[in-house]
Amino acid sequence: MAPRTAQPEATAAQAGALARAVQKLSHDRIVGVAVVVLVLLYFSIAVAGFLAPYSAAWSSREMANAPPTPIYMIDAGSGSLTWPYVFRYEKTFNPDTFSYAYAPLRESTYPVRLFHTGEPYKLLGFIPLNVHLFGVDQPARISLLGNDINGRDIFSRMFYGGQVSLTIGFLSLLIVFPIGMIYGGISGYFGGKLDNLMMRVAEVVMSIPTYFLLVSLAAILPPGLSSAERFTMVILILAFIGWASLARVIRGMVLSVKNQEFIEAARAMGVPSFWIIVRHILPQTMSYVLVAVTLSVPGYILAESGLSFLGLGIQQPDASWGNMLKEAQDVSNIINRPQMMMPGFLIFLAVLAFNVIGDALRDALDPKSAIRR
Amino acid sequence: MSIPVYIVKRVAVSVPILLVVSVIGFTLMRYDITLGPIDIPAGILSDKNASWRVMDQVRFKNPIDPMANLKQNPAISKAALDQETRRLGLDKPMHVQYWLWLTSLLQFHPEALFKGNVGGFFTPDLGKTFNGEEVFGVIVSRAGNTLLLNVFVLFFAWLIAIPIGIYAALNWRKTSDRLMTTFTAFGMSFPSFVLALLAAVFAVQTGWFPLGGIRSESFDTLSLPGKVWDILHHLILPGLVLTVGGLSSIQRQMRGNLLDVLAAEYIRTARAKGLPENQVIYRHAVRTAINPLVTLFGYELAALLSGALLVETTLNFPGLGQLMYKSVIETDTNLVMASLLMSSALLVLGNLASDILLKFVDPRIELD
Repeated sequence: MAPRTAQPEATAAQAGALARAVQKLSHDRIVGVAVVVLVLLYFSIAVAGFLAPYSAAWSSREMANAPPTPIYMIDAGSGSLTWPYVFRYEKTFNPDTFSYAYAPLRESTYPVRLFHTGEPYKLLGFIPLNVHLFGVDQPARISLLGNDINGRDIFSRMFYGGQVSLTIGFLSLLIVFPIGMIYGGISGYFGGKLDNLMMRVAEVVMSIPTYFLLVSLAAILPPGLSSAERFTMVILILAFIGWASLARVIRGMVLSVKNQEFIEAARAMGVPSFWIIVRHILPQTMSYVLVAVTLSVPGYILAESGLSFLGLGIQQPDASWGNMLKEAQDVSNIINRPQMMMPGFLIFLAVLAFNVIGDALRDALDPKSAIRR
Repeated sequence: MSIPVYIVKRVAVSVPILLVVSVIGFTLMRYDITLGPIDIPAGILSDKNASWRVMDQVRFKNPIDPMANLKQNPAISKAALDQETRRLGLDKPMHVQYWLWLTSLLQFHPEALFKGNVGGFFTPDLGKTFNGEEVFGVIVSRAGNTLLLNVFVLFFAWLIAIPIGIYAALNWRKTSDRLMTTFTAFGMSFPSFVLALLAAVFAVQTGWFPLGGIRSESFDTLSLPGKVWDILHHLILPGLVLTVGGLSSIQRQMRGNLLDVLAAEYIRTARAKGLPENQVIYRHAVRTAINPLVTLFGYELAALLSGALLVETTLNFPGLGQLMYKSVIETDTNLVMASLLMSSALLVLGNLASDILLKFVDPRIELD
């Protein structure tokens, strides 16, 4: 039975501090902007199928490396303003320079259609739809950021890549935090030999340089994994790297909490140890954990994109911001098609937003900073 | 606990840790799973090292089996293959391979001490790489490059970050503070490899900096100042990329610490007793605020070693990170093990060094 009598006042105080912190943050304009940026990013990956004109895999080889499609608003005949339209492009080969170029076929125009019917997709993963926010009729194509080397639309793939890059961190955290907290909680609460042993194990994991462990683990993934399996493996690898340092910090916090009176009271009433840890001790670390979660999401985003950038994380044809940048490793690619750096910019934006919110949250929860504010 | 006892205790604890790390590393490298093709980045230097790259591409496309490219060659006989397998020790079970590796690494000769030959006491043999080079030599040359890069980065990051951290704290919430804080927030959030890509573009577009490598081809013909400049010239781009990240976190830490200290009561006391503002800040506040950063120093040294992996790979800098990456991909076991152990040992030593440094700058701290 769950004893509720020993419910500590301190937990209520924590909740109060949290509420006050959120109150304080709601007036901060920069934090506001960061929240808006994150909401926009997550909203757009949630409805990626609708916002992206094409699916992630939709490719036409003959349109490889096509530049962004220009959108015209002036009618060629009358010179007056019209509804935006595009031309169909065709690859031409110049036998003198041995180079390919893309030339517009000007005989017919293709208006940009809003709520255009195109490829079917599943909104939020379960609502079957085929309406896209915008699009053009076949055989013309509209690619706002051009195509990649396989003739796939970079703009569309940015949304699908975001689905991977922005969620992988959270999914890893879902593994890291319970494990780290319970491990640290048990180690700190019981102390003695068990604590010693558990901390040595954590130290082993922490003694291996992070990126080295990341690369070695990713490099031994067996072949022939389906993309869902690979996705799961990358999450597990990231989680394996992260839990140890969290467990250590939690253990330290548990050590300072476990001798307080309300814990003794709970123990005297015969509350089982595991229940004391989960119900009474770990809630005391809540505000730290909240800040740690916000501040560690960027680390996971960067780790995933770094791995995929090296070719060890998410593999083609699946998109992730990291593996989209992989193509940009050739300098001449970036120089000719700077739009390829867009995923890098998005990673930066997401990481920055998480950092800003995490920093502000930490300042707001830190009693020392009360003097400054 | 006195400092020497503490050091001995910590080192004693870290030996079994390093052993376990080596077992984990060996298992990762040698555990018998067949591996699929891995898509390797083409790298930045496509023209200069074109043939080398193509060779690598071919090799990397194979399943990760150290013998794969030999097996593909029809000119190599079965007997030669078997001989090569034996030379690399691949015919034995994994735990035997590990034991062989460990015993050849840990060669202690106590009898050498009696003969007065101290150098002969410990003669570790790290084995050979798959290409037949001595692992020790490869590691030393790469570690030298990485160390050079890190010294460059640490020097500039700290030299710039500490003053602007202090400046930002003293001008708290003024425009200059906001500008710097924004800049460092950007610096912290920029993925290092994206920055490295931009640096590569910059180098190619302007032609001001060489791309990849640590020295030019004409290095041997240069005069001494020419040689120094040549190496510096190659260090600037990767150094700059890594400095931005390091600088940002140190600046933010310094600013935060100093702000905390400035709010403390002894600072008010110092001001109240009429000390000049300069003395209050530089003698009392900054000295206290800089303490926690000392711990950062040790961690940073170790973190840089593996953190530079992405930047080194992207900019083709011949450092330890790039070596690690390549050897992991090729499962060049001896090379992987050596670099793994070295970087783990550096990590452990870095943490130890920062704990001890902290004790020196802040005697209140108890070592336990």
